[in-house]
Amino acid sequence: MPTFSDLLKNFYEKEPERVALYVLLSGQPDRLVTYRQLLQGAAAYARAFEQHGIQPGEVVVLILQHGYDLIYAFFGAILHGAIPSIMPFLTEKLLPERYRADLAALVAITQPSAIVTYPEFASEVHAALQPGSPVRAVIVSDNIGAPLDPDFAALGGMRRSPQDIVLLQHSSGTTGLQKGVALTHQAVFNQLESYSQALRLVPEDVIVSWLPLYHDMGLIAGFLMPILWGVPLVLMSPFEWVRAPYKLMQAVSRYKGTLSWLPNFAYNFCAQKIRERDLAGVDLSSWRAISNCSEPMRYASHQAFLERFRPYGLRPEALATCYAMAENVFAVTQGGLDGPVTVDEIDRDAFQIEHLARPASPDRPSIKMLSAGQPVRGTQVKVVADDGRLLPERGVGEVALRSNCMLAGYYHRPDATEQAFRDGWYLTGDYGYMAHGGEVYVSGRKKDLIIVGGKNIYPQDLETLAMEVEGVHPGRVVAFGVFNEEAGTEEVVIVAEVDTEAEEERQQIAASIRQTVTRGSAVALRNVYITGPHWIAKTSSGKTARLANKDKYLKEIADL
Amino acid sequence: MTEDIVPALAQQIAAKILKQPKRTLKPDEPLISSGVIDSFSLVDVALLVEDTYGVRIGDSELNAETFDTLNQLAELIRARQA
Repeated sequence: MPTFSDLLKNFYEKEPERVALYVLLSGQPDRLVTYRQLLQGAAAYARAFEQHGIQPGEVVVLILQHGYDLIYAFFGAILHGAIPSIMPFLTEKLLPERYRADLAALVAITQPSAIVTYPEFASEVHAALQPGSPVRAVIVSDNIGAPLDPDFAALGGMRRSPQDIVLLQHSSGTTGLQKGVALTHQAVFNQLESYSQALRLVPEDVIVSWLPLYHDMGLIAGFLMPILWGVPLVLMSPFEWVRAPYKLMQAVSRYKGTLSWLPNFAYNFCAQKIRERDLAGVDLSSWRAISNCSEPMRYASHQAFLERFRPYGLRPEALATCYAMAENVFAVTQGGLDGPVTVDEIDRDAFQIEHLARPASPDRPSIKMLSAGQPVRGTQVKVVADDGRLLPERGVGEVALRSNCMLAGYYHRPDATEQAFRDGWYLTGDYGYMAHGGEVYVSGRKKDLIIVGGKNIYPQDLETLAMEVEGVHPGRVVAFGVFNEEAGTEEVVIVAEVDTEAEEERQQIAASIRQTVTRGSAVALRNVYITGPHWIAKTSSGKTARLANKDKYLKEIADL
Repeated sequence: MTEDIVPALAQQIAAKILKQPKRTLKPDEPLISSGVIDSFSLVDVALLVEDTYGVRIGDSELNAETFDTLNQLAELIRARQA
C-alpha cells in the first residue's frame, strides 16, 4: 500500500507533463498546472518546512485563500511528511479578535508546529499565539523561494507509513476547530478506491469544483481524488463562485466537465441567480453526474436546477446524490449513477408521528424524499433506535456506519472519539431510514448542528456569542436552523429571553445580537426572536432543548 | 439624484434581500464589511441594481472596497448612469 508521496512521485517521474489541474481565478488567465509544476511548487514548500525545523508527523495549519499557494503548501506539507490542516481564511465580516479566538482554539487542541499565511496576515497570527505556544514558525508565502525539483530521497514524506495520519479536517467555529478529523493515508486510499468505483471514474473524466478545500466535499471529491487518481481537475474559488455562479457553467462548458459536487443550496442559487447573457453559448451536455451532497437534499432543488439548465444541454440523468462525512473520509453512499435518483414518496404523518417512512397513499399529505443511494464498497450502513436496537426497513432512526475508511480519531480528542462510536459503529448523528434494498434516505438530524449553504455550524458557538450582548443572560439564548425552501438551505434563528418589555429596547438588543453573532461567526441570522423570561424549554438536566424550542418558535411564528 | 436613490435602495434591500421590510438602513451604515449583507446575497444586490437602475456591477466589484454603504452604492449608480 503506497502513501500520498509515492503516488505523487510516480506521476512526477512517469508522466510529468500530464495535466494535474487547471486553476481558474478572476482577473487572471486560466492556468494549466502539470504534475511536474505541481510537485516543483510543492517541493519549494517542503524545503521551507525543512528550513523551519518542522518535523514529519507534525501538524501545519494553512491559512491561505484558494489559489496556488494553498495548493503548493498543502502538497508541500505532504512531501515533507507533515500533516496539513486547512483553516478558512478570515472573511471581511469576521472580527479580527474573534478570528484570533478561533485560531487559539485550534492551536490549543491541535498543537501545530507551523502556520503558513500571507505576509499581511502574519501579524494577526502572531497576535493569536500565547507565550509557550507550540507554533514554532509562522511561515509567510512570500518567503518560500522558487519552485524546485523534488529530491525524493531526502523528503520526509517518502518515509511515512500508510497507517500514519496524512491530514486533518476541521469544521468552523470554536467547537468545530476543537474536533479535527484525523485521516490516515490508508483510509483516504480505501475511500478513493471505493468511491471512484461507485462513480465509474475514468481518466477521461473532468472534475469541476468551486468548493472550499477546508471542507470534505471540496478537499476529497474536488481536490485529492482527481489529483491522486490522475483525473484532470478544474479548480475555482468559492469566494469568486458565490459572486459569479455562472462561472461554474462556463467552466463546465469550456473544459467539458463531467463531474461536480454541489451542496443543495447551490442548485437553487444557480437556478435563481444566473442571467441569460452569462449563459450564451454554454453547453452542459458533458456533465454526467452532479452530486448533491453535504446538506439536506431536496427534490424541488433538483427540479429547479434541471428546468433552468436543460435548455443548455443539462441531462436529467446527470442529477445525482451523495451522503458523505469527513469521518468516513467522504462518501458513505452514492445515488443516481446507475439510473435516476430514486424518489420515495412517504406519508407525512406516519413519518412525523410514528417515525416510520411508510409509502404515501394518494389521499394523504406526503413528502418526497431523495435517495442518497447505496453504500459505497467497504462501508456498511444500518439504522438504529436510541437504545441501539437495529430498526427494520423504513424505520426512522439514527444512521450508523462501519467502514474501511473511518477516521483514525478526532485529533488529540480520545474523549470525543470514544463518544462517537458504539460497538464499533460510528454514530452519525443523522436520522434516516433504509428502503428499496439498501438505499439510504437521510431525513433529519439528531446532533446539534446547523448546516447553512453546506457549512457546518454549531449552535452553541452562536449562543455563546449572543450571551455577550448586554441585556441577554447566560443560558437564556437558543440557536437553531430553520429550512428555507426558496434558498434550499437552513437559516439560523436565535431566540433570546430578555427582562425588558419596552419594544424599542428589545429591538436594540435584537440588532446587537445580529451584529455580535455575525461579526463573531460570519453567520448571518435570518431572525432574532426576543421573548420574555421562561420561554426557553430546558431538558430535565437543565440543558437547552434545541429541537423543542425550534418547534415552539415555528408554532408561534405561524400564529403571528 | 443620489438623495432619491438612497431611500429607494434602503427600502428594496431591506425588503427583498434582508427579508426584513421594517428594518431601517442608514445611508452611511456599513453593509458588507459588517455582514448585514452576507456573501450569498451579494449577487442579489447586483441583480437588483441592474434591474432597477440599468447599471451593471461586475463580480469583482462585489466587495466593501467598491461600496459598503447605501451612499456609496448610490454614488456608484449615479456615476454609471451619467
